[in-house]
Amino acid sequence: MIKFDNITKKYGETEVISGVNLEINDGEFVVLIGPSGCGKTTCLKMINRLVEPSSGTIFIDGEDISKKDPIELRRNIGYVIQQIGLFPHMTVRQNIELVPLLKKWPREKRLKRVEELLMLVGMPPEQFINRFPLELSGGQRQRVGVARALAADPEIILMDEPFSAIDPIARTQLQDELYELQEKLKKTIVFVTHDIDEALKLADRICIMKEGKVVQFDTPEEILKNPANEFVENLIGKKRLWKQPELMSVKDVMITNPVKALPSRTLTQAVEIMTESGVDSVLVVDNENRLLGIVTAENIRQNKDKARKLEEIYTRNLFTVRPEDSVLDVLKLMSQKRIGYVPVVDENNILKGLVTRSTLVNLLGESLE
Amino acid sequence: MVSEYINFIVQRMDDILLFSGQHLQLSFMAILIAISIGVPMGIIMTMIPGMSPFILGVANAVQAMPSLALMGFMVPLLGIGSTPSIVMVIVYALLPIIKNTYTGLTSIDRAIIEAGIGMGMTEFQLMTMVRIPLALPVIMAGIRIAAVMAVGYTTLAALIGAGGLGQLIYRGISMVNTKLILAGAVPAMILALLIDRVFFFLERKVMPKGIKL
Repeated sequence: MIKFDNITKKYGETEVISGVNLEINDGEFVVLIGPSGCGKTTCLKMINRLVEPSSGTIFIDGEDISKKDPIELRRNIGYVIQQIGLFPHMTVRQNIELVPLLKKWPREKRLKRVEELLMLVGMPPEQFINRFPLELSGGQRQRVGVARALAADPEIILMDEPFSAIDPIARTQLQDELYELQEKLKKTIVFVTHDIDEALKLADRICIMKEGKVVQFDTPEEILKNPANEFVENLIGKKRLWKQPELMSVKDVMITNPVKALPSRTLTQAVEIMTESGVDSVLVVDNENRLLGIVTAENIRQNKDKARKLEEIYTRNLFTVRPEDSVLDVLKLMSQKRIGYVPVVDENNILKGLVTRSTLVNLLGESLE
Repeated sequence: MVSEYINFIVQRMDDILLFSGQHLQLSFMAILIAISIGVPMGIIMTMIPGMSPFILGVANAVQAMPSLALMGFMVPLLGIGSTPSIVMVIVYALLPIIKNTYTGLTSIDRAIIEAGIGMGMTEFQLMTMVRIPLALPVIMAGIRIAAVMAVGYTTLAALIGAGGLGQLIYRGISMVNTKLILAGAVPAMILALLIDRVFFFLERKVMPKGIKL
């Protein structure tokens, strides 16, 4: 476990990190994100003591790292930076085996490890082991960078915007690979990025920083659903929700003022209400806004006697959903039951809103923009 | 005119070869010593902050001193012969070597240095495994400049009796014999160009393979 205890960093008079407290669990993938100058990289570099805090303590597994030998500490923490961090005068093999070499592993063991790691990152050793970084594509270099960080099998890996200099297609692929790798290896990864999509895709938890402070530190789902403030909202973007339909709940998308009528209304009145609002159905509710049923234009058309009351003809036994249900479940329900709308009610059957197929289609359409 | 000159050269061939040999010997000696002082000095400068302005300042000042005057100072201190002339050449050859060593070692991409430190390299390992290999082409370029300069300055050595091609040139000057001057100057030029080529070749040779691509 990595623990930041009230960490502050000052350069002269300016405070770049102010009282940061963080706890990163073993095997957790934590992404630090924020605008440039927010202190995310500084925080990362404090973990391997490339930067020393001005005050406060960082613990790794309960041990104060300022009391450890920084060289030893760094050899036990993987470190990945942008592609340029590979040593250009060393081959792929020499780059990867560097930390094992510093740790004085025997030659055979090092070579075996290099081959193992190249396989792991999907680069056949016989083809790549003796190449120089300049002979590799950006994506391949980054894979070597990841392999290098894994070389001595550290528990903690620090990644400082590793994919930022790579073209979008290769980046997506590398992210997927890293995700899969992490599923297998379960390392503690601290990852810095300024790309919110990357953060949402990879993180177990995201730590959003601004001006040297932690604004919100939570799971991606929680951040999307309950952004701590406007800053976070802006960071994740207005459309963020739509991009992740599995994270949307009914209350995010429902119409909150559906067209409704009391059961005592006549059919004529109901037609008037529908025409006025431009809809083809009306929800029937009692005085307490409790949902009773629904009447559609079709139902009304079939009744010749327009003086009848709604209570005589409305359909009971409606499918309803709760505000906190997932939108995807609702979509599934709608297509299974072949219905175009679902009223939303709370546990007391009080009408809260309405979800229609067209609102959903519109939302999903937006997400594709 | 040309054939006359060639004849003259052929007659003096023994002298020219002898002086060329001396010349090479003197300049090589000076370069070797300059390298063995200058490169470590450049390395030390990168390790001790605040040292570089001082050393570079001194080296610059020395460089700015007229060579004839410097030689004048050398004689009372070191007498005449090859020692003072080698010392003088060293003094001039030092600056490009120190400067390039320092620049080469300090102008390496920050990210690469940080990667090295972040992976747990000691200062010494960083120097020997990363900084020096990557700076080698720049250091060699400095040595090349110093070598060519050394061949030029060595002609002055004749003034204090160290021999070399300068001797032919001074003789020519005092006898107002253009052919004699040329008999010293042309081989000196050829030597300088040759040395330039040799060091250029060495420079390519030491360039790390991964960078040459």
